[in-house]
Amino acid sequence: MTAVLCRHFGLRHIEIAEDIASDTFLKASEYWALNEVPENPTAWLYSVAKNKTKDYFKNLSVFETKIKNKPVINIQNEPDFEFSPEFISDSQLAMIFAVCNPVNSNDSQISLALQILCGFSVEEIADAFLTKKETIKKRLQRTRTNLRNDNFEITRLNETEIKSRLDTVLKTLYLLFNEGYFSKTSDKQIRIELCSEATRLALVLTENPLTNTAQGNALLALMCFQSSRLEARTNDNGEAILFDEQDKSLWDKSLIERGNYYLINATHGNEISKYHLEAGIAYWHTTPTDPDKWQNILQLYNQLILIEYSPITALSRTFAFAKVYGNEKAIPEAEKLNLMESNYYHELLGYLYSDINTAKAIFHYKTAINLTKSKTEKQTLKDAIKQLQKP
Amino acid sequence: MKEFALIFRLKDIADFKPSPEQMQERMNWLAGIAAQNKLVDKGNTLLPVPGSAKTVKADKAVTDGPYTEIKEFISGYIVVKAESIDEAVEMAKANPIFEQVGGSIEVREVLKRD
Repeated sequence: MTAVLCRHFGLRHIEIAEDIASDTFLKASEYWALNEVPENPTAWLYSVAKNKTKDYFKNLSVFETKIKNKPVINIQNEPDFEFSPEFISDSQLAMIFAVCNPVNSNDSQISLALQILCGFSVEEIADAFLTKKETIKKRLQRTRTNLRNDNFEITRLNETEIKSRLDTVLKTLYLLFNEGYFSKTSDKQIRIELCSEATRLALVLTENPLTNTAQGNALLALMCFQSSRLEARTNDNGEAILFDEQDKSLWDKSLIERGNYYLINATHGNEISKYHLEAGIAYWHTTPTDPDKWQNILQLYNQLILIEYSPITALSRTFAFAKVYGNEKAIPEAEKLNLMESNYYHELLGYLYSDINTAKAIFHYKTAINLTKSKTEKQTLKDAIKQLQKP
Repeated sequence: MKEFALIFRLKDIADFKPSPEQMQERMNWLAGIAAQNKLVDKGNTLLPVPGSAKTVKADKAVTDGPYTEIKEFISGYIVVKAESIDEAVEMAKANPIFEQVGGSIEVREVLKRD
């Protein structure tokens, strides 16, 4: 609703749009509690919002003309409010592009997307980032100021704007999803909500012909594949369950099928983006029995690391290398990475040395325990050491 | 960190087309350098086949090749970063091409223009 209202006000007045939206929902909750829920709740909500908007501008124009003697924005020339499903998704799309603006840092973009596009409260955002409410509040204020200063108009987007901004939009949605998938919070509900919101927004992109690109489909496929394991990868206490120990019957088959569908859509055209490669890797993870699985995963990681270096890609690639060529050959590959500060680096070496050199394996696991902040991980590593110390 | 170009040379055009297994080994080697965050430029492969290779000489004479005149031809290059030329040489030594088909790798420090 905020997105639709902003189409009328411009992004400058985003606070007004948000106030009207929340006023509307407040009125609905009061009214619906006393009376029956109307037949068409969406239409009801939007007609309340429309009236509130008209009231707002009437008051504003009285104030501006009579008191300040200034001309005002002329709302009469605006086309009438339109609340068709197309218009709503169109407005959301425009809002996605407004929020994903490179003038703001990644964390800021994600926070703002959560607030405006996903309707998260400041508390919920703070929970997701494991930070204080105040920090998030300040971050959001800064983010909004930057957007206002950047003067980004939220109108019907044209093709050139969409093309130049689409990479940033995809990246923000990718990060939003990862924020949920690899979240610092142990609250399973928040994780699932973050992931499903990111997926919903990616879906909005692929449903509009202007933004329905191969990259967008690849990203959506990646999200579907990863989401299919959301239920299986944490237990009820929010603790991570390792891939090999996951209950595969909890994997969501329908999401895997959706992922396959979008991955096929993503193959139109010649470009191979990192989303394609990551979706490919996630796809192979959904096939636990295929004998070529790790060979394929290694090849995809090889391509991925050539497109973009990241320590976690380097480590995952080495793990895949070990699965194909054996732990002994993988040890020198792993040691070359030289990521001494990373707990994952030492965990990987601990794992690779387990059957080869117990002392070295224990040394690396102990180093990892000192480096990680996660209690669950410390426990998992302590258990691994106990296993190694068994006579 | 300094940057070094690794210039690959092959002896025989037939060696230019690796088998899928050889290709996989070469990719593993390249990705292994990228995984250390030491790949500056993944470079390009240079086609040695007739129609794709010509040499322009001082008198503007154009010849086919270079493969008709010299024993080895350049098949590609990459740029890596390393603390020293010795480290870059160690990277080159690990290239599977020596076990696969032979050839040579020239290691050259890059003089960076500002």
